[in-house]
Amino acid sequence: MPKDGIGASVKRKEDYRFITGQGAYTDDIDRPGQSYAVFVRSPHAHARIASVNTAAATAMPGVVKILTGADYAADGLGGLPCGWQVTGKDGPMVEPAHPPLVADCVRHVGDQVAVVIANSAAEARDAAEAVVVDYQPLPATASIETAMAAGAPQVHDEAPGNLCYDWEIGDKADVDAVFAGAHHVTRIELVNNRLVPNAIEPRAAIAEYDRATREYTLYTTSQNPHVIRLLMGAFVLQLPEHRLRVVAPDVGGGFGSKIFHYAEEAVLTWAAAKVARPIKWTAERSESFVTDAHGRDHVTIAELALDVDGKFLGLKVDTKANMGAYLSTFAPCVPTYLYATLLAGQYTTPKIWCGVQAVFTHTVPVDAYRGAGRPEATFVIERIVETAAREMGLDPAELRRRNFVPSDAFPYQTPVALVYDSGDYEGTLAAALAAADYDGFAARQAEAEARGKLRGIGLSAYIEACGIAPSAVAGSLGARAGLYECGEVRVHPTGSVTFFTGAHSHGQGHETTFAQIIAERLGVDIDAVEVVHGDTAKIPFGMGTYGSRSLAVGGSALSRALDKIETKAKRIAAHLMEASETDIEFSDGQFTVAGTDKSVGFGDVALTAYVPHNYPIEELEPGLDETAFYDPANFTFPAGCHVCEVEVDPETGRVEIVNFAASDDFGNVINPMIVEGQVHGGIVQGVGQALLEGCVYGEDGQLATGSYMDYTMPRADDVPSFAVSTRTTPCPHNPLGVKGCGEAGAIAAPAAVMNAVHHALGSRGVSRIDMPATPVRVWRALNAA
Amino acid sequence: MHNFTYHAANSVADAAAKVADGEDAVLMAGGMTLLPTLKQRLAQPSDIIDLAGVAGLSGIRVEGGTVTVGAMTTHDTVANSSEVAAAIPALAAVAGHIGDPQVRNRGTIGGSIANNDPAADYPAALVGLGATVCTNRREIAAGDFFTSMFETALDEGEIVTSVRFPAPETAAYMKFPNPASRYAIVGVFVARTTGGSVRVAVTGAAGCVYRETAMETALEGDFSPAALDGMTASADDLNEDIHASAEYRAHLVGVMARRAVAACG
Repeated sequence: MPKDGIGASVKRKEDYRFITGQGAYTDDIDRPGQSYAVFVRSPHAHARIASVNTAAATAMPGVVKILTGADYAADGLGGLPCGWQVTGKDGPMVEPAHPPLVADCVRHVGDQVAVVIANSAAEARDAAEAVVVDYQPLPATASIETAMAAGAPQVHDEAPGNLCYDWEIGDKADVDAVFAGAHHVTRIELVNNRLVPNAIEPRAAIAEYDRATREYTLYTTSQNPHVIRLLMGAFVLQLPEHRLRVVAPDVGGGFGSKIFHYAEEAVLTWAAAKVARPIKWTAERSESFVTDAHGRDHVTIAELALDVDGKFLGLKVDTKANMGAYLSTFAPCVPTYLYATLLAGQYTTPKIWCGVQAVFTHTVPVDAYRGAGRPEATFVIERIVETAAREMGLDPAELRRRNFVPSDAFPYQTPVALVYDSGDYEGTLAAALAAADYDGFAARQAEAEARGKLRGIGLSAYIEACGIAPSAVAGSLGARAGLYECGEVRVHPTGSVTFFTGAHSHGQGHETTFAQIIAERLGVDIDAVEVVHGDTAKIPFGMGTYGSRSLAVGGSALSRALDKIETKAKRIAAHLMEASETDIEFSDGQFTVAGTDKSVGFGDVALTAYVPHNYPIEELEPGLDETAFYDPANFTFPAGCHVCEVEVDPETGRVEIVNFAASDDFGNVINPMIVEGQVHGGIVQGVGQALLEGCVYGEDGQLATGSYMDYTMPRADDVPSFAVSTRTTPCPHNPLGVKGCGEAGAIAAPAAVMNAVHHALGSRGVSRIDMPATPVRVWRALNAA
Repeated sequence: MHNFTYHAANSVADAAAKVADGEDAVLMAGGMTLLPTLKQRLAQPSDIIDLAGVAGLSGIRVEGGTVTVGAMTTHDTVANSSEVAAAIPALAAVAGHIGDPQVRNRGTIGGSIANNDPAADYPAALVGLGATVCTNRREIAAGDFFTSMFETALDEGEIVTSVRFPAPETAAYMKFPNPASRYAIVGVFVARTTGGSVRVAVTGAAGCVYRETAMETALEGDFSPAALDGMTASADDLNEDIHASAEYRAHLVGVMARRAVAACG
């Protein structure tokens, strides 16, 4: 194995430029003649626009152009498309128009009404304040409860009762029958709190139009530039691919929030041709709070039926999901196909029913974020399993063991559509419990009690469906796109390699991980490998990075392309060594003829491919450049167990995480250090949801948590050191045997933390506390109990 | 940020003159509140008079049981001063827990108290220690200085030059921070003088720093956490927000006061 190959904790190649401030993010790019855009946004959650007067603003210094919703409508272009159609019990979901600039009615605080383009950002901002919009405020609804109430203000006329869809999976009568004969039924109600993403890099975009070629270029903070080109080109602006280039340069975080096609991208691209100058827009942080798609926002009632031995008989889940004011790109699939299909968890629960009602409200649209659907499912399952164990007087770890899908049962068909590929749930549970010193908890609890503190321990045995996704399966469920990935391996004449990938790194370390795979396979030095991503003009195609798919899908495409490289290189080597192709072996960068001492290096073969003087030119093309598209055979199913231990100060209600251990099965691991970093980041995000991050809307639809003064992002001193490890069952259906690791921490951690909090408070009679378990909430719960 | 005219003052008198000249001029010390306010376009002063270049406004002097901190002395300087740590360790501790390292290296005591944010830490220390605020015109007792939310006894053109703290026998500050902003939801500064008098100053809970006189009386009788058992603040007129109700704040005043007394040792 080369020293920087698969399994080595190689330091990230990209970090030198990042930590020395030399990354090139969208806002770092300046184009000749660039102008600046500022959006005029609604201060109201719901209002009719009587008029927009731009006369005074247009006359202000430096103003280039002001465009309104009426201007956009006049050009006859499309609205922002939704990429996933969910069909409910009563037919397809309601899919209201989503104009990039609103002409008649604003539906959430932050909705964009006009764009001001000026010579400087300051001039644009001054002029934006001078645009006079006559709003006629209307009643608004911000929460699921009020939106579903009789007589609630309507977000869209075409969605009576604000219902987007009413969907279900499973046979309810069948599940009800199981409940009728159950020994014990556990029922919980819970809220999965709305989150505001807060990537370190705010969204930004630069659009320009070349009058000579009629080509548009959009630089944007995206996790998937080809998807943006497809959605914006085909559905919004009606531009063919060859006239629209989308570049997503270095991107500073996203965790889903930069998947979606946002209004600003379309508006800037549309406006660029009108002003014939590049236009830059960079969100201010307060703008990000009201325009980046939010995450979660579910209200759920769940019931678990058990027999006398604690075997799960059936699960019923009723969820209401807040979609926000419009359908963001992938929003409808999050509370359905990314959620309800995971409700078997790691268990053999034979009967499962889940009903989901998605509703519109006058809030920022919600979409896939920080795990998307799978964290919500894990939270329901792991909260109810832990609650059932406490109610039945069983050790929560033991109850889980009694219900795990056994290690010899794979592939395992769940009652909710998925086929799990591989796993060892007892193994990850045992490893996590050992790392957490589960057996020593009682002594620690007693010691804490002597100090006046309440201590609790909680488990979360999670599973996720990653490696998104088999295109045919996704298509049958309503996806309007394929979900394969593309990779091109270009071996240069001197043996150096460029890999073009449709995956997009926004912090994951692709430039290192993919290079390690190439170094391993071709025997080249890792520094001889360059990874290129994020530019539709360079990469053949791509579906981007989300759903922990880069390695499982993009890495598989790489592997297939490397197969093709190896096959062709062997033919060239066979020619050079005058041997039969079938006798050629390749390892550590050397081609050898079996049973002889003949050999030729990879570099010589590469050179020969481009200088084909001694070459089988009749039967083989010159060059060494291969492309592969890989469409996964199945989802991958990373799984594991996280254990959290907390101490609660009953006087103040403050929860402190004192210990956190995790054992994860991600399949084969390419770079253990990067995997560990991904898990750490995910756990902190999960802790954020559980204890800190609560997005609060007033009933008038005003965002009460619109800045860091009120929205609590997790910080380093909010978490302890984590004890994380991996246990591997390789994925059987992709060439690298990998499953993905990006979302696991965010999926597992909330349930582990909240189970620990409930355990700690249970001794004081508290039975329910919702996320985020802030000090005031915990204190109130203790006082009410 | 809207446009404004920037002036670097070279003396306190120069700063006072420039403030008087401006149509709507403001003084800038560390700028830790003013600059974010400007960036959010929530303020539109005509002129900003920067005090950074005024000689003699920063520095710490300890003489005969009194600590004098110049108005432009940063929180970080106070936090890391061995002289302050020796004379009034609780004061160094307060300064060391304001904001974050960036704020502590820019923010100043004069700027903080002149702003009188209801959740700032320094007002509790000043009132708790019975400090004296020195200005270019007079001396003001801390108890008279903080008048109401974001309001002080400073007149137009009056500039804080230093704050004088008498060293107590013992003192401690306990803060329960807002999880998001890390300002005080409740901060309680407890101090006992060598004469046995006790002050309990509370920040964050109400619109302005105030003293819990009932707690002071109880502690003058018995300076122990147990003396405050069962005591809370009155929830009337306390702040309410998404992070804490008035009742919760009232409760926390009692908890933080007991913990501060315990920390006094």
